[in-house]
Amino acid sequence: MADRAAEAGPELDDLEALRTMIRIREFEEMCRRLFARGRLPGFVHLYIGQEAVAAGACLALRADDQITSNHRGHGHVIAKGGDPARMFAELLGKADGYCGGKGGSMHIVDFPSGMLGTNGIVGGGIPIATGAAFANQHLGNSRVALSFFGDGATNQGVFFESLNLAALWRLPVIFLAENNQYTEWTRTEDLTVGEITQRAAPFGVPARQVDGNDVTAVHEAVRKAAGRARSGDGPSLIECVTYRWHGHNEGEEAFAGRYRPEAEIEEWKARDPIAALESRLLDDGVVDAARLEAIHTSERDLIEAAHEWALAAPAAPVEDALTDVFSPAGP
Amino acid sequence: MGNSYLVTAMRDGLAEAMREDPAVVLFGEDADRSVMGSTRGLIDEFGPDRVRNIPLSEATIVGCGVGAAAAGLRPVIDLMVSSFFYVTMDQLANQAAKLRYMSGGQVELPIVYFAATGGAGSAAAQHSESPHPTFIQQAGLKVVMPSTPSDAKGLMLAAVRDPNPVVYLQEASLGGTRGPVPEGPYEVPLGQAEVRRNGSDVTVVAVGRTVTVALAVAEELDGEGVSVEVIDPRTLHPWDADTVMESVARTGRLVVLDTARQSCGFAAEVIATACTEAFGSLRAAPVRVCAPDVPMPFAPQLERHLAVDEHKVKAAVLRSLA
Repeated sequence: MADRAAEAGPELDDLEALRTMIRIREFEEMCRRLFARGRLPGFVHLYIGQEAVAAGACLALRADDQITSNHRGHGHVIAKGGDPARMFAELLGKADGYCGGKGGSMHIVDFPSGMLGTNGIVGGGIPIATGAAFANQHLGNSRVALSFFGDGATNQGVFFESLNLAALWRLPVIFLAENNQYTEWTRTEDLTVGEITQRAAPFGVPARQVDGNDVTAVHEAVRKAAGRARSGDGPSLIECVTYRWHGHNEGEEAFAGRYRPEAEIEEWKARDPIAALESRLLDDGVVDAARLEAIHTSERDLIEAAHEWALAAPAAPVEDALTDVFSPAGP
Repeated sequence: MGNSYLVTAMRDGLAEAMREDPAVVLFGEDADRSVMGSTRGLIDEFGPDRVRNIPLSEATIVGCGVGAAAAGLRPVIDLMVSSFFYVTMDQLANQAAKLRYMSGGQVELPIVYFAATGGAGSAAAQHSESPHPTFIQQAGLKVVMPSTPSDAKGLMLAAVRDPNPVVYLQEASLGGTRGPVPEGPYEVPLGQAEVRRNGSDVTVVAVGRTVTVALAVAEELDGEGVSVEVIDPRTLHPWDADTVMESVARTGRLVVLDTARQSCGFAAEVIATACTEAFGSLRAAPVRVCAPDVPMPFAPQLERHLAVDEHKVKAAVLRSLA
């Protein structure tokens, strides 16, 4: 049992968590501004308000663990170690983007950092993480795969199928549901029976609900689940209750109308996961106001420099549209 | 050179692949007892860690193939019946077929998805599909369909070795046909057609089970003074247009046979290519013989009525010669 504690991974580094959350926030704020100015093609789904989930979860994983993600995936990519400059380049259709301009916001992939794909299909990444977990188990490399998905994805068939398969084969996978309380433009409770955590019970998969705006709580839950997975005890389900400050996607005002009470949005903004962590660190005397300001400044500078770099990068050449369908590599 | 059933030859190709690379794992519906025969006995040689019976969760299993391939394995997935691919279409078409492209080529996905395909014995509309045109349309999926036991083995080994997702469709009605099969490992290269019979008057491109039909008609017409060339593309995507166009340039006439429904099918693609790339050599309008645009019916006589048979093929060839 002593080994299991070691396998659970390190305690959360609060400052690293804070830095990661602020980096995500700054990245998303830049995306918001760029979209508002008509600079971003396509759809953009912002992660603002949910930063504690990505940061807490990814900091509980090893660098060689894998994640899959969804349409609201910028935060997951950054938290797993992605480079904001290459992310901006991707969003701007540049050759130096992670996918050379072929993926865009919903398809950023960074295999070297264990990021097996954001995903435009709700629930689409769940079987992929389950399969990666199978490979990890089969190869005996002690890696864990974690799938981030939203509350809406828990109504997809592949969610239940993957729970069954992962439980059956005791796969080292963590199913992490980010319940931001809206399935696109409808309250999730209007579409979903019962509690998300109850959905794991028939499969004998342990499940727990945590405050998704508390980075420490998220980290602790994922740390335990990762330890369990690495020990060969199989999958876990974690529901992180949180809230997206922005719409399903940017620009939705034009077609979705008002579907969330203003008071609800304000209530959740008052529970800002970044402010909450900062407040605790100040109270505990870990940082002072000047240190916090320095962290914010350095992350803002990093994001601005990343954006500048991406702006200056060459556009993806049109002939690239025809490459990368098949790998030419021989056997 | 042994003599083997097509389905056994395919199994032998898979066994060769599993012998040469421990990263090859097999997920199959009833993979251990293998009612179709395509994986029979593999669990005895390779054990239950590498030969996995899967729950009937086709979509998740197809997606697991993507994740397992991305994480270092070479999964081979047996879905038993090609109609069941429709259950998996998000994971097959949106994930497996597109992840490499969407990622800008960051990843190789060496996956083989295989199943028995086509109508065979009153299995009716939900077990008799010939869905290969749907897969061709996805880009990102290679599609193979062998017509002989020898090719069944060599195409399987080539498919497993290929660094891309390959949909391997084994004609259900050909599973029990016998033919010579070389011993040991060998590849039939993907994307390479085989000229089954040389001829000079008309080119017949035949897919899967229709190869046998084409050869029978060619033999019959030979007695009537008509020389028919029969080409088996073997790989339907990417297909060997060069071999077909070279033949059409010589014969000036083209008939294409396919088990799939006619609209937007492989036959349409071959004929469109001939019309755009070899129009000057065509001496007659190309003709296609496919399944009509209806689901497969149940009653034996109704099923037979839809089949690409010798009568229809002979009529098509004669029409191209008229």
